[in-house]
Amino acid sequence: MSTPSDAMVEIRSVHKKFGSLEVLRGIDLSVRPGEVTVVLGPSGSGKSTLLRTINHLEKVDRGWISVDGTLVGYRRDGSKLYELREREVLRQRTKIGFVFQNFHLFPHLTVLENIIEAPVSALGHPRKAAVAAAEKLLERVGLADKATAYPAQLSGGQQQRVAIARALAPEPRLLLFDEPTSALDPELVGEVLDVMKDLALGGTTMIVVTHEIGFAREVADTVVFMDEGRIVEQGPPADVLDHPTQERTRAFLSKVL
Amino acid sequence: MPPQTVSLPSSSPPPASPSLTKDAADAVPRIVPVRRTGRWAAAVAVLVLLALAMDSVIRNDAFQWDVVLAYFATASVLRGLWLTLWLTAVVMVLGFALGALLAVLRLSGNPVLRAVSWGYVWLFRSTPILVQLLFWFNIGALYPQILGVSTVSLLGPVTIAVIGLTLHEAAYAAEVVRGGILSVERGQIEAAQSLGLGPWRRFRRIVLPQAMRSIVPPAGNMLIGTLKGTSIVSIIAVQDLLYSVQLVYHRTYQVIPLLLVATIWYAAVTTLLSIGQRYVERYYARGTAGAR
Repeated sequence: MSTPSDAMVEIRSVHKKFGSLEVLRGIDLSVRPGEVTVVLGPSGSGKSTLLRTINHLEKVDRGWISVDGTLVGYRRDGSKLYELREREVLRQRTKIGFVFQNFHLFPHLTVLENIIEAPVSALGHPRKAAVAAAEKLLERVGLADKATAYPAQLSGGQQQRVAIARALAPEPRLLLFDEPTSALDPELVGEVLDVMKDLALGGTTMIVVTHEIGFAREVADTVVFMDEGRIVEQGPPADVLDHPTQERTRAFLSKVL
Repeated sequence: MPPQTVSLPSSSPPPASPSLTKDAADAVPRIVPVRRTGRWAAAVAVLVLLALAMDSVIRNDAFQWDVVLAYFATASVLRGLWLTLWLTAVVMVLGFALGALLAVLRLSGNPVLRAVSWGYVWLFRSTPILVQLLFWFNIGALYPQILGVSTVSLLGPVTIAVIGLTLHEAAYAAEVVRGGILSVERGQIEAAQSLGLGPWRRFRRIVLPQAMRSIVPPAGNMLIGTLKGTSIVSIIAVQDLLYSVQLVYHRTYQVIPLLLVATIWYAAVTTLLSIGQRYVERYYARGTAGAR
């Protein structure tokens, strides 16, 4: 198990079953630091499940995943992988930000409280410093004036931008996006994609599951196409999107473009 | 009840059809609501019946309002009221503490703990509280001694009342708390996990405040039910509000006025509790669309 030193995320031979349904059938993928990887594929292709295994929201049945040189969810001893205790997994998760399709902001906490929750209670940062950092993050996503609002008072696009700020608050090495614009009204998609582009330009390592082909073309360093639990094809967007070599990729793109 | 009347287009004759366009000054026709004759008649009839009932209550000397007034705030009644209040508070607090524990066991990954929690709720919900209370009252027949001390001297009627009511309350509280926890969206827990929040912090800070929204209304119901339900301890001679008025009327035979004393106190306290519940609900609804 040699982890190439230049990879931020290393996924090797990952398998996952839900009951008798094989969702992931052997995934291998590397993501270099600062790269944006966009994962495309029809629904049920396993792309969301793959994303969720990277921060151990789903356990893998076989294979391994490392982030920033550390195995996620397991400790290796010889030929065996020992599952980590929850406390250790939680510490790993603070290095991996996750943005959900349905935001999952905490509805009973204000925008500011949502953002400082992880720095204060998971990382033990002093509240004052966490608030200052949160205000900077809110400025970055263009919502400096919404600190005291509750999530229900915001539009979907604003909520997702808060969710991105919340995911950034523990200063993760990697950001995972699970269909971040799929629950939004069409006119709100742009503002979220703009924030994501800004992050990509700033050098954040990102893995994005999405149906936004335009975003993939413009921002992605690598586009990965998945179908039936396997990676069918991957490469630079110009290759995968414009000159796909696989029939299944062509069929999918012809439907969504 | 007066017969349901269907409003007919009666008094005002239908306007001539051209008036819609002709009358320039009154171009938009006025809307005339349907006449609710039946509704008015029903309201009047009910008010009359209510007035008759009030009149009979006030003027019937058998109610003996002077006796009600005389005993309303006597020391023994107030002592009974005080016992009822603290017994309710203790049973609610202990019952919900045990209930929360049972709910967490029921939702745990350990099948043995799940089964034990289920069995507890099954047992204490399946038998009447009256039977349970009599059972605990006679526990000395099963275990004459506990740790070398005679059971009867160890467990007085008040202790028995606390134990009996709490164990019963906990079974219901467990279901209320479990329902509240289950009402919190799975994604909330995943979001907290992905931020690295530990299990206790997730429960305290994320799950419980949201669960409270669906726990408070049934818990308020239970609080009011428990306040009234404590009157059952009068059968094991615990001097609660009901028992203290019974002590008086067994002596004076003024049954009705003394029952009225208890009734008015129960109603007054439950009214206060209902008002309090509204504020608690408002607090836990913060951040939801209806709250602001």
